[in-house]
Amino acid sequence: MSEILRLEGVTKRFGGLSANQDVTFAVDRGEVIGLIGPNGAGKSTLFNCICCFYRATGGRILFRGRDITKEAPETASRMGIGRTFQVVKVFREMSVLENIMIGAFLKWEKTKDANAKAKDVAELFGFSAKLDWKAASLTISEQKRLEVARAFATGSEMLLLDEVMAGLNIQEVRETTDLVRRLRDMGLTLILVEHVMEGIMPVADRVVVLDYGHKIAEGPPKEIVADEKVIKAYLGEKYAKRRAHRPVV
Amino acid sequence: MKKNLFLFFIFVALLIAYPLFFRNPFPRHLLIMIMMYAVMSIGWNIIGGYGGQVSFGNTVFFGVGAYASAVLLTKAGLSPWIGMAAGCVCSLALAVIVGYPCFRLKGHYFAIATIAVGEIMMGLFMVWDFVGGAVGIYLPILPQSFSNFEFHATKLPYYYIMLAIFLLALGVCSLVERSKLGYYLRAIKDDPDGARSVGISIRRYKLYAFSLSALLTSICGTFYAQYVLYIDPGSTFNLMISIQLCIISLIGGLGKLFGPVIGAFVFIPLVELTRVYLGSEGQGIDLMLYSLLMIVVAILRPQGLSGLFARGTR
Repeated sequence: MSEILRLEGVTKRFGGLSANQDVTFAVDRGEVIGLIGPNGAGKSTLFNCICCFYRATGGRILFRGRDITKEAPETASRMGIGRTFQVVKVFREMSVLENIMIGAFLKWEKTKDANAKAKDVAELFGFSAKLDWKAASLTISEQKRLEVARAFATGSEMLLLDEVMAGLNIQEVRETTDLVRRLRDMGLTLILVEHVMEGIMPVADRVVVLDYGHKIAEGPPKEIVADEKVIKAYLGEKYAKRRAHRPVV
Repeated sequence: MKKNLFLFFIFVALLIAYPLFFRNPFPRHLLIMIMMYAVMSIGWNIIGGYGGQVSFGNTVFFGVGAYASAVLLTKAGLSPWIGMAAGCVCSLALAVIVGYPCFRLKGHYFAIATIAVGEIMMGLFMVWDFVGGAVGIYLPILPQSFSNFEFHATKLPYYYIMLAIFLLALGVCSLVERSKLGYYLRAIKDDPDGARSVGISIRRYKLYAFSLSALLTSICGTFYAQYVLYIDPGSTFNLMISIQLCIISLIGGLGKLFGPVIGAFVFIPLVELTRVYLGSEGQGIDLMLYSLLMIVVAILRPQGLSGLFARGTR
């Protein structure tokens, strides 16, 4: 498998506070990566560094072998990094179809072509019946899906999804995991940032765990849930010690 | 859609026929002013309405358009039509020079910066003796002809020239609305971060919009100079013009093709009629009337008047 993204010692400081410290990992084409960690671990910061909404203070980020550390977010997007937002940023006053068209315009310059492409994407994401709906009138779960559709319509090779499962009910989480699988089957590379582990474990090929800005573990989901350091980060030192005396489930 | 197109053709036919029924100078003058302000407001609406970037500096392009042709005519004897093209080039350059740094500013700060640009240009032309300084420029009275862009016997040719410019502006705006540029501008207005996440360079598309805005306004500037045959900094670089463009678009409906047209048809008659009937002792009353109009629209139809006429459009 060929490598699509590489982070080399990425550090992001806000004044005296360092939100990410020396984070290194690589992502292969077609992989689904889970980026997890407790509250305030620096997941979203790292996420924003990768799609260039933040500029990393140190280290390098390589996308398809090209250094993108200092690029503008729109450049990153044009190169093939699509993203969603933790707090949804759909175009609220525009229709569902128009939202997707805005994404499609990146590759299809003509309105007619963008429109046709957007309709295809809408069907793929289950929006066919709601093309004319104002984005603001969708449910939060639908708005999150619309963001994914918009990013997908740009023709991105890699999608970064920021907490797409947060705040969803069980049914919606299941739908989202299905969607992630379908996107992976189409050959996309996915990075999922999640606060909750349940949603991510069944779909991720590999999980990267952050705590206090450091990468503390990396590996397949099964190993990660049994990792001492990860348990400590999530549940505290005491719990980890107690757990060490019991067999792992 | 077809019905709208039909209504539009009736509207154009009425505009073409209008001077045949109204032969006095004032009604013709009134409609010329309505169309001129409609064109400038359409220009303002492209950046202010669709793009959500309120500009109070559009008067600068009006002034540049007026001065470019007037100076070329008086100093070099060039036809105002060439002056119009020169004005467009200058306005375009100015739009890029002003827009490039100013689009870094967000929201209100951009609006404030554009006010400053307008005032600077006004100050500059006030003291610039080569272009007449505070006295302004009296354009020479030439034999009337199309190439001289001067007509003395009747306002009719001015009327039809303005009508052509008006239709051109509507065409440009309609194209913008339906193209990638129009969609992108609305996306930028709606959510700038969301727009950047799908590869839209905000500054570039705002510059495109601002440039189009500048071109339409500049053409009107040249027209105004040839129509009135006298220009000075106070009448061309006036902040009030920019504010009026904003008010017209607001009343009519922001980000809508016919918004500024409807706004101009409501607002400009008010301006011209109060000027005629109230004269100098009525000074101030006209401002009260504008305010009243604004308040009524803001309360009853905050989205602008255009929705009243064309139902079913966005």
